[in-house]
Amino acid sequence: MFEGRRLILFLVFLTVAVVYLGKLFYLQLIDDTYEKAADNNAIRKIIQVPFRGEVYDRHGKLIVYNTPVYDVYITPRKAYVADTNRFCALFGITRGYFDTVTRQARSYSRVKPSVFLKHLSKEDFARIQDAMVDYPGFSITTTAFRTYQSIAFSNALGYVAEINPNSLKEQPDDYYRQGDYVGVSGIESYYEAVLRGQRGVKYRMVNSNGVEKGDYKNGKLDVYPVAGQNLYTSIDIRLQEYADSLMMNKVGSVVAIEPSTGEILTMVSAPSYNPSLLAGRNFSKYYQKLALDPLKPLINRPPSAYYRPGSTFKLVQALVGQQLGIISAGSVFGHAGAPVKCHVHTTAHNDLHNAIQWSCNPYFYHAFRKILYDGTTGDTYERSAQGLKRWSELVANFGFGRKLGVDVSNEKRGNLPTAEYYNKVYKGENTWKFSNIYSLSIGEGELVVSPLKMANFAAIIANRGWYIPPHLVKGVGPRRTLDPFYKNPVSVGVDAKYFPVVVQGMQDAVLHGTVGADGRIPDITMCGKTGTSQNQKGKDHSVFIAFAPKDNPKIAIAVFVENAGFGGFAAAPIASLIIEKYLKGRVDRKAVETKFMNMSYLANVVYNRPANRVKMDTLKK
Amino acid sequence: MSGSSGQLKSRIDWISVGLYALFVLLGWMSIYSAIYNPESHLGLTDAAFYTSNAGKQLIWIGTSFVLIMFIYALDFRFFESFAVFIYGLFILLLIAVPFLGVTINGSHSWFKFGSATIQPAEFAKTATALLLAKYLNDPQVNLGRFKDQWRAALIIALPILLIVGSNETGSALVFVSFIILLYREGLPSAYPSILLGGIFLFVSALMLEPLTIFLILLFFVIILVVLMPIYLQRMWQTYVKLALGISVIMTLVMVVEWVVNHVLKEHQRNRIKVLLDPGFDPRGLGYQVTQSKIAIGSGGFWGKGYLGGTQTKFDFVPEQSTDFIFCTIGEEFGFFGVSVVVILFMVFLWRLMYLADLQRSRFARAYGFGVVGILFFHFLVNIGMTIGLMPIMGIPLPFLSYGGSSLWSFTVLLFIFLKLDSHRSDMLSR
Repeated sequence: MFEGRRLILFLVFLTVAVVYLGKLFYLQLIDDTYEKAADNNAIRKIIQVPFRGEVYDRHGKLIVYNTPVYDVYITPRKAYVADTNRFCALFGITRGYFDTVTRQARSYSRVKPSVFLKHLSKEDFARIQDAMVDYPGFSITTTAFRTYQSIAFSNALGYVAEINPNSLKEQPDDYYRQGDYVGVSGIESYYEAVLRGQRGVKYRMVNSNGVEKGDYKNGKLDVYPVAGQNLYTSIDIRLQEYADSLMMNKVGSVVAIEPSTGEILTMVSAPSYNPSLLAGRNFSKYYQKLALDPLKPLINRPPSAYYRPGSTFKLVQALVGQQLGIISAGSVFGHAGAPVKCHVHTTAHNDLHNAIQWSCNPYFYHAFRKILYDGTTGDTYERSAQGLKRWSELVANFGFGRKLGVDVSNEKRGNLPTAEYYNKVYKGENTWKFSNIYSLSIGEGELVVSPLKMANFAAIIANRGWYIPPHLVKGVGPRRTLDPFYKNPVSVGVDAKYFPVVVQGMQDAVLHGTVGADGRIPDITMCGKTGTSQNQKGKDHSVFIAFAPKDNPKIAIAVFVENAGFGGFAAAPIASLIIEKYLKGRVDRKAVETKFMNMSYLANVVYNRPANRVKMDTLKK
Repeated sequence: MSGSSGQLKSRIDWISVGLYALFVLLGWMSIYSAIYNPESHLGLTDAAFYTSNAGKQLIWIGTSFVLIMFIYALDFRFFESFAVFIYGLFILLLIAVPFLGVTINGSHSWFKFGSATIQPAEFAKTATALLLAKYLNDPQVNLGRFKDQWRAALIIALPILLIVGSNETGSALVFVSFIILLYREGLPSAYPSILLGGIFLFVSALMLEPLTIFLILLFFVIILVVLMPIYLQRMWQTYVKLALGISVIMTLVMVVEWVVNHVLKEHQRNRIKVLLDPGFDPRGLGYQVTQSKIAIGSGGFWGKGYLGGTQTKFDFVPEQSTDFIFCTIGEEFGFFGVSVVVILFMVFLWRLMYLADLQRSRFARAYGFGVVGILFFHFLVNIGMTIGLMPIMGIPLPFLSYGGSSLWSFTVLLFIFLKLDSHRSDMLSR
């Protein structure tokens, strides 16, 4: 019975077999998507990190380049070490390190490489290179460290470090991987996208043993790494080094700009640090130390430090007052009736020129009062608001209270008080008037500027009314491209005819005004203005802005020396030395040079160190 | 009794034994390939070799040989006489496993004896086949009768219920394969037809929207209605029947939808989704199938050569040596290799069916078809799932897959039949 059913059953079996063989035929011989996907599995992708762009100074001198270093990777599945002690001796590691790292690598992945030893020098690499054939499963990747030709350009240049977890998470284009290096501050950070270049990808065939069998598809799919582009900065590295040496044992900034181009010649932040410390395998050790230093050597002060401009701001008042048609070169104001005193002069004919030359506080008090009240209507509150609005709109043209757009990271806006600002501070409209805000007249009060802004301001006066946004890089890559933003002049809206009286006042301030003998260069006409930036925490800061020569100026400069007191004392001589060095290529006033190089203005400030707090706590008890 | 050893030797079906040996060897080679690493080469003398899958499988193969000897040493009547006892024993073990068993790979269905682990569900198939065969050996039994169908169904259903109870749905499905045994022994054709129709309906219910199915049915009905007046007179009765038929089918379709979305567990539902949509979650749930297809697809015609596979190394395919051993063959031996395996399986099944039909005793014949059914079901599901035609279930490929329990159970299953076959002239035809 039912013998025929064997055949029916077998026909069912055969049908299944035929369907399966058909599907297998399709998978294995027709459809190549799976073959391609298999490539994915057995093709090894090798990432090639290109060298970072180099950095040059304005005369083509190399400032920063790369030194190759070598990272050793371990692939646990393939790693085989016959004699562990000999291996450890070769690499100069302890047995404990070997065990820990191999264990970690194994727990991460048996088939993917993990870092075994980082940052071997060229010499170490040469030593181990030959022995590496005895140790399968260990591979070497080349990376590079930044190497610096000069230690004087650290802060504005910035440094390079492993990307931190937050930046890694928040990166918009998903470029970086864990452990990648990235520019952290300064131009290294600002120009990261061009400096880093483009990572390359190389596809190698890997057989079942993980041994490379040559290029995949003859390298057709490979993406060659594109080296980072070089930066050609406007920095004069010799001037930078000279300025840096003058700022030894001082806290402060020097910014020098070529007025006709907006190119920054020198940007010094003091105190500074040796950039090589942050470029080696001891990064974390030195970074800790520098980050905890109370003098904050890591920050780049010129674009980001907050100061009051002090008396240097009187030049702004002089220009804005004239442009508004409220004062003129002939306007005369006496000392009487002002809550601010004139420290220096007693001249009877106190016109604008003399007021600048002698930095007369009462003059600018009266002038600012006129600026606020003349030509406005209503009560004093309303008139103050109208006047301040008129005034701040014009002052903003000079770059105060906003970013200039310099090409380093961390540029700060500073603060230029406006009517809205005071409405907020005094909680309501018409709650404040001139008597509340008169300290603006002499560059104190709520005004906050950075040294960079003041250098730019010096350049504006040097140019008699315009500037090109200051920048550190004058060309990127082989074709030296430059953003048009850094090529086009910006007018400040003050007519050129209002400048001569200010310039003359500055010249006379240097020759026989507020600037002392140390700040005069015998054979160069320097126009400058001193300032004393009030400091609630300690001794006032010394400020000086200048440009030289008077006609067709080649350099505009701002010098801030913290806790050095009156502007004529420290800032002006240092500025004069830098100008002399730049214009003549040498400094003849050796005595002045030595004096200010050795001058220290460090010890005048009490910082909140933990030790002090402990003492105060014990006193309370 | 079995007579002299010379006689026994001549009666052993060497074709089946040879194919068995070939499958076991091919399986072991593939398991070895999956662990093969030339840089830390393990020889037969290394102790570590015997902790690797290939080493352990070698031990399972050796012990399987002992089992074969043991089966041949037993009296051939033992299996028929003790069928009830063996069945009862495994039912008891299935009942005990939730209480006394251990969990291996997330499946709480194993017994541990020292270092050896045994999955009673694997052996319950053999026990069930023996009892079914014994039941059918009674000349009074006629599978055309509902009463006897019902009893046979009970024998199959008891282990199914116990195995499903311990969450091994895949292993339980194997028991569906006894329909082949019953069919050969006289079960009306309606049953397998309904089963196939049900599976077809189930798959269409999953792949197509209910509305689509309804429209297709309606299309056929309209054709019928248009054609029918020529042949039929009692039109209204036919219409009622047709409407009733459509209603029943559509209800079933709805039920399938409901069962899939409400009764099935998340992982079971996902396995079905993966099957219907190959692109479904390729990194997660579809990972195994995708990687398996990549491995097989990369083999081409001749394969990458033995030990030359890349996909089946580095753990790209999970469950490499157990459920997905077919990938290794597909990658290393290509379309040629898999064709040989599929053809050999067909030859093997044909040979076993041929031998079964030669049996004089209904017991041996029925058992033989039980073996064929179980082997075919594993073949169907295991290879089907590696190429994405079947949902993923823990169903090994007979004789090739890694694992002691699986190899032992298939060996015992097969060699009981071969032992019975070697005595076919001793048995009385009834």
